[in-house]
Amino acid sequence: MATKVYAGTEVTVNDEGFFADPEQWREEMAPQIAAEAGIPVLTEPHWQVVKFMRHEYAEKGTGPSVRALSKTSGVSIKELYELFPKGPAKLAARIAGIPKPRGCI
Amino acid sequence: MADNGTTANGKIEKVSIIVSKGSLEGIYPALIMANGARAEGIEANLFFTFFGLDAIHKARHDHIKLATVGNPGLHLATWAGGLPGVSSVMTHYMAHKMGELDIPSIPEFIEMIADTGAGLYGCKASVDLFGLTKNDFIDQVKDIITVGEFYDLAAGGQIIFT
Repeated sequence: MATKVYAGTEVTVNDEGFFADPEQWREEMAPQIAAEAGIPVLTEPHWQVVKFMRHEYAEKGTGPSVRALSKTSGVSIKELYELFPKGPAKLAARIAGIPKPRGCI
Repeated sequence: MADNGTTANGKIEKVSIIVSKGSLEGIYPALIMANGARAEGIEANLFFTFFGLDAIHKARHDHIKLATVGNPGLHLATWAGGLPGVSSVMTHYMAHKMGELDIPSIPEFIEMIADTGAGLYGCKASVDLFGLTKNDFIDQVKDIITVGEFYDLAAGGQIIFT
């Protein structure tokens, strides 16, 4: 566990950089987390996915895996990997301040 | 990057997965590995050889069966597994269970894996052996390559044989 400062607020993150407490997340923190994760600018499609991950977490208590993300958000797998080259579900979850989704598909 | 395709902290950066079997249970593990690698941001290649070619063969990829004969893991007597229709029934049942878990069919899964940016390749030796051509395979297959070319492709990463 470690603490990081996003948008001027201190938060606790685990060894992989995921929020230990999703309640600590604020939208303003997303661009900074994204930049750290190798995405310098969050465009509209990026935000769409991030907000969707947050919504799914609120509804189901866990973020979706890539396939579920693609099916329910309507964003194609191709586009998801273009937006988040290093793993869409993993990165989007991190940027959205929710735990890493556990799934094998 | 360290010599074995991992970063300084040991994370795997690239995997090249060989698919050599033509049964349902022989093909799925490779696909899960490839898809899972891409989801973790790991570069992935799939190399189909021998009966693994069926998974990318246009006419056959939708008819991959579960091996019900001589398959101790199935806990089914060999004589029973050899009865007409048993393989089809068990394959159908397995597909149904996978559907419930939203595990895609082999054709859909491979298309999905290609969409993630993974490279799909056929083995030239096997293609020649079976008298096939690139046209027999799905469009997502990048190329038919030799084992030497596969090793070049796999350089700097891990190789997984299935």
